[in-house]
Amino acid sequence: MELNTLWFCLIAVLWTGYLVLEGFDFGVGMWLSILGKTPAERRAVLRTIGPVWDGNEVWLLTAGGATFAAFPEWYATLFSGFYLPLFLILVALIVRGIGLEFRAKLDSPLWQRRWEQAIQVGSWVPALLWGVAFANIVRGVPLDAKHQFTGTFLGLLSPFALLGGLATTLLFLSHGAVFVALKTQGPLRTRALGWAKRMALPTLGVSGAFGLWTQVQYSVAWTWPVLGFVALALGAAALSVWREREGWSFTFSCLAIAGVVVLLFGSLFPDVMPALEPAHSLTVHNASSTPYTLRIMTYVAVALVPFVLAYQGWTYWVFRQRVTVDELTPALGEG
Amino acid sequence: MTSLELARWQFGITTVYHFIFVPLTIGLAPLVALLQTLWVVTRKPAWLRLTRLFGKLFLINFALGVVTGIVQEFQFGMNWSEYARFVGDVFGAPLAMEALAAFFIESTFLGLWIFGWKQLPRGLHLASIWLVAFAVNLSAYFILAANSFMQHPVGAHFNPATGRAEMTDIVAVLTNNTALVAFPHTVTSAFLVAGTFVAGICGWLMVRSSQAGEATEAQTFRGGLRLGLVTVIVSGLGVAVSGDAQAKLMFQQQPMKMAAAEALCDGRAGAPFSLLAVGDLNNDCRGVRHLLELPGLTSFLASGDFQAPLEGVNDVQKRYEERYGAGQDYAPNLAVTYWSFRLMIGLGVGSAALALVGFWLTRGGVASNSERLARLSLAALPTPFLACSFGWIFTEMGRQPWLVAPNPNGVDALRLLTASGVSTAVSPAMVWTTLIGFTCVYGALAAVWFYLMRHFVRASLKHPAPVASEDSHPETAPLSFGY
Repeated sequence: MELNTLWFCLIAVLWTGYLVLEGFDFGVGMWLSILGKTPAERRAVLRTIGPVWDGNEVWLLTAGGATFAAFPEWYATLFSGFYLPLFLILVALIVRGIGLEFRAKLDSPLWQRRWEQAIQVGSWVPALLWGVAFANIVRGVPLDAKHQFTGTFLGLLSPFALLGGLATTLLFLSHGAVFVALKTQGPLRTRALGWAKRMALPTLGVSGAFGLWTQVQYSVAWTWPVLGFVALALGAAALSVWREREGWSFTFSCLAIAGVVVLLFGSLFPDVMPALEPAHSLTVHNASSTPYTLRIMTYVAVALVPFVLAYQGWTYWVFRQRVTVDELTPALGEG
Repeated sequence: MTSLELARWQFGITTVYHFIFVPLTIGLAPLVALLQTLWVVTRKPAWLRLTRLFGKLFLINFALGVVTGIVQEFQFGMNWSEYARFVGDVFGAPLAMEALAAFFIESTFLGLWIFGWKQLPRGLHLASIWLVAFAVNLSAYFILAANSFMQHPVGAHFNPATGRAEMTDIVAVLTNNTALVAFPHTVTSAFLVAGTFVAGICGWLMVRSSQAGEATEAQTFRGGLRLGLVTVIVSGLGVAVSGDAQAKLMFQQQPMKMAAAEALCDGRAGAPFSLLAVGDLNNDCRGVRHLLELPGLTSFLASGDFQAPLEGVNDVQKRYEERYGAGQDYAPNLAVTYWSFRLMIGLGVGSAALALVGFWLTRGGVASNSERLARLSLAALPTPFLACSFGWIFTEMGRQPWLVAPNPNGVDALRLLTASGVSTAVSPAMVWTTLIGFTCVYGALAAVWFYLMRHFVRASLKHPAPVASEDSHPETAPLSFGY
């Protein structure tokens, strides 16, 4: 495979890692006060992602860094073009991250409540905006001959893009509910399962509609089976959650999100950022770094990614036990 | 204001803010790891006590360093997209390597350390914090290699067909001598910050415990204080030695920055070191009056020879006009460069001096109860932070008007003016929005940060943790770092 294509695939892999992993983080954050009726329950809900959310977010930083290194033109056009939505995502990620770290630092109910709200807002905003952003990339944006974005913020809010935002929000909500069910027990698990069951059909419907729209209007023939795969995975996730097999349901939900990323990136290729005027589109060739840089980065990725996967996977293994509400009550120590 | 000015303000504000937390975490991670090692080896509850206190303070700072770091990475594309297009082929690589090699280790093993007090065997748990300490330093290396390309581009050439810098040698980029001297200087400064932080907090806690008649407590904090002071003195020497090496290199690589740091208008042999100068505010070096000077010292700093000839601002300007074109002022802001250089050195030397005073006051194995020492401890806390901030302001402002400063030995056109690096697709109104937005969010977080830090230092005094019981039954130890 040509290096440009390889790096296009690697960036898709990084986004898959990010959206699968932080996808359930966002879901957990969005469900926080719906699932957690008491402070102890909310603490347990957050505890399900406590040891891992920061590592999950690094997938985004790596996707950003890899885009900068492998496709600088794409990085420059995308980040300056989607300026205000990215700003909103950044502020959301800041207050969310700080909320997760600072919430339990003081024993005051008001303090904890405020940070819980910060976590919730900080999870809803990116869950919605990542979908809007990706839908716009697939749909194509106004770029001039120098690859400069010439559109506006409001121009990014087309019906297709809003449907994309709704699709990612629902996907992450389902994904997060199943994750909480998988990581907790007792009433918390029952409640999470209940919501996961209720979310299954809307998620399948909206994501299916967005996938179909993408496929019919913007994609190529070979992604039809991918769309079928996404639909099957979502169906299987729904079926498993109805049979209260949350492990399977979570697995299928991960596969569904991965399938969506393949569908989106598959629709793009060989463009990385199509322009409304096709001659101005950014492609894997005109947006990329030199073959030398791509080769160096390939060595680095081949050498390091297996380690990253190994120790991140190991973390999930270390914290594989379900979180209980009781064990956490006396947990705030000083000094 | 133009997008350019606003984007520069935004970069300055977000970077200086980010760099409050970064040096502290770079230096504090190894110190927390050391404290925990001392506890694991000696089993003395005092070390566990200090591990927990500084572990908690470390986490608060680490969280802020992480979230403000995301803004740093995205900002290159958002506000400086033309720069990103120009250098992405070279500059993106160390950035991506930083994420792959360092960030994943930091975040994953920090999660294991925070939540793994019960789940992990003691040795593995200890290894987690050492891995975090290693990774934050590795992270510093990659980001300094990237920054050094902007100070002194190597390992790349300018491709006129694509109009951008293209990498030819990754080893040269990663072993840029600018990075090799910047790294020890930055890391030793980080240890100076963390050492002062530990010493200052422990000093204050020691005096307060001593005054309250808590002799055991006071001895615990005396141990932390002495550890912090040793760190400050050793790293202070490292800062001086590495800073000297860096200055000598900078005289060769960025003569304009150093001429501006001295506000030296015309070149001369035996250039003096200016201690105090006043100038007019039009950035004209002819308006600068030097009131207090140490003869020959700048020449000595530049080359080890008190009589060596040095270029002044006007000489470099003339040379650059011939080489890079007329009609551009190649001098950075003189007042900012001059004063940030002096404040960096003065505050750095100041914190080392305070550490020596602290050593003198705590000699003889006795926990002091002197009110003066308590005040001194608190007063010492901000000095190395400020020294670091001024160091970066000097480094980055002194590089202006270049975004990528030309390599004096470079044969091709590998250079970029700051004005050419800003995003053209972004309007001033948009930059205003994010500038105000980030400043407000950062301001609010600063208030919360200060409140939390103060709270934990005080709480550590009022409610001594039941360390003895944790020590004998580690499996029942509360998850005091978790949620």
